[in-house]
Amino acid sequence: MKGFLAVYLREILLFKKRIFRILLSFSINPLLYLFAFGIGLGKNIVIGGKSYLEFLIPGLISATSMMQAFAINVEINISRFYLKIFEEFQASPVSHFSYALGEILSGVTRAFLATFIILAISFLAGVKFHLNFYFFLAVFLNAFIFASLGLTSAMLIKSHADQALVTNFIITPMMFLGGTFLPYRKSSLFYKTFYRNFTPYHNFSYFKKHCFI
Amino acid sequence: MSNIALKVENIVKKYPSILALKGVSFEIKEKELFALLGPNGAGKTTIIRIIAGLTNPTSGKIYLFEKNLFENPIWSKSQIGIVPQYINLDVELTVEENLLIHGFLYKLPFPFIKKRIAELLEIADLKERKKSKIKELSEGLKRRVLIIRALMHQPKLLLLDEPTIGLDPHIRRKFWSFIKNIQATGTTILLTTHYMEEAEHLADRVAFIFSGKIIAINTPQNFISNLGNYALDVYLSDRVKSYYFKDKLEAEKELLKYSKDHFVSLRRVSLEDVFLNYIEKNL
Repeated sequence: MKGFLAVYLREILLFKKRIFRILLSFSINPLLYLFAFGIGLGKNIVIGGKSYLEFLIPGLISATSMMQAFAINVEINISRFYLKIFEEFQASPVSHFSYALGEILSGVTRAFLATFIILAISFLAGVKFHLNFYFFLAVFLNAFIFASLGLTSAMLIKSHADQALVTNFIITPMMFLGGTFLPYRKSSLFYKTFYRNFTPYHNFSYFKKHCFI
Repeated sequence: MSNIALKVENIVKKYPSILALKGVSFEIKEKELFALLGPNGAGKTTIIRIIAGLTNPTSGKIYLFEKNLFENPIWSKSQIGIVPQYINLDVELTVEENLLIHGFLYKLPFPFIKKRIAELLEIADLKERKKSKIKELSEGLKRRVLIIRALMHQPKLLLLDEPTIGLDPHIRRKFWSFIKNIQATGTTILLTTHYMEEAEHLADRVAFIFSGKIIAINTPQNFISNLGNYALDVYLSDRVKSYYFKDKLEAEKELLKYSKDHFVSLRRVSLEDVFLNYIEKNL
C-alpha cells in the first residue's frame, strides 16, 4: 500500500469510530446559521431574485467545508503533542509528501461529509438547488487548499495555545468577510480588491454560488 | 564481512540551551543486545531518537549494516523498529487496527500483515484482546502492544527506549523474558534503561552514559568482576561508603573491623556499584 493511503486509512478508521459525534458536531453550526441568518433574519431579504436562504447555503457550504478541512490541524496537533502518534509516522519509511497527502485527503473527506450534511439539511428545509460537476470541483479545491493550510499551520505551531490564534485571526475573519453572508459586490473597492486577490476562500465562495444558484 | 549492525561515530547534539551529546561513539554487533545505561537526562533518548530518524544530530555519522543512515533514511527506517518511552498508540483504535496501520505504513502486503498480526498476538499472549481498544488495556498490555507493533515489519534493529518504565516488578520480569525471546529470533537490540538490574540481566554489553558522554563499555560480567565480587557497605553518619573485594575472606575480615563502630552489610557486587563507581570518577 502507498504511504499516503496508510495515513489516510488511519484517519478514516478514527472517523468511523467517532461517526455519530462527528455528524452531530458537523450539523450544529450550519443549523444555527440557517436558523439565525436564513430563517430568522433573512426571510424577507431577496438577493438577485432569490431568497436569502438560497444565497446563504452555498456560502455556508464554502465556510463549513473550509473550517472542516482546516480542522485537520487540531487532529494533527493532538497526534503531535498529546498522543505522540506523529512520531510513529516520522519513524516509518513514509515520505513527508505521502504523509502530507494522506492528511490533506482526510481533510477533504471531512469537508465533503460536512457539505453533504448541509445539503441534506437544506433539502429538508425546502431549498431548491442545482448541483453540477463544477460545484463539487469547487468543494474539492476549497477543501484541498484549506486542508493544506491546516497541515502547514499544524507543523508550524509550537503548542495547543497557538492553534486558536490561526483560527481566530485567519479562518474566522475569512468566513465572515468572504461573501458567506453578504454579497461582496455591494462592498467597498478596497474590500473587493483585497478579497479577490488575497483570499482563496472568497473565490471558492463566489464560484460555488454561481454553480449552485 | 563485518558483523557490525550499528556503528555510531562521534555524534554531537546541541540544543539552544544545552549540549545533549558530546561526541558519542559505539558499535553494536549483529544479534547483540546492547544496553545504554545512564541516569535521567544523560542523553539516552536523544541517541535513540537520532537513530530512529526523529531528530537530526548536529554532527557525526551513523552506519546501519554499513550503509550511512542519514543518506538512506527511507531504507534505514524500514530496517528499524522503535519502542518509545511513552505509549504512542491510537487509544481509540483496537490492538489489531493499530498493528494493521503500522503494517501499511511499512508497506507490507495485506496477506502478510494478517499473518504477522496473528503470529505476534500469539507471542505476546494478546490473542484474546485483539478487538480491545487500547484505552481499555492495562499499562503492561499497552507496553506489550508497543513492542509487537515495532516487530510487525521484522526489523533488523530494535530500539527499546526504557521499555519497562513504570511497570510493576513482576511484570518487568515477564518483559525481560519477552525481550530475550525477541533477541533469540536474530534481532539486534539497543536498549536504554536506568534500571541497573535490567541491563545486568538482559544485556550482552553495556555502555554507561553520563552527561552526554559514553564513559565505559564492557560486558556486565566483566564490569562486575573488574570491580570485585563482594561489596561491603559501611553506614557512616552522612553517607554509605562501599568497599569492594575480590575475595570473600578478605571482605569478612574488613567487616569485623568496621562492625565495631558502624552498621555494616556484606553483599555481592552489582552493576549499580560499577555505575556509581564510574560516576564518582567522572564527577
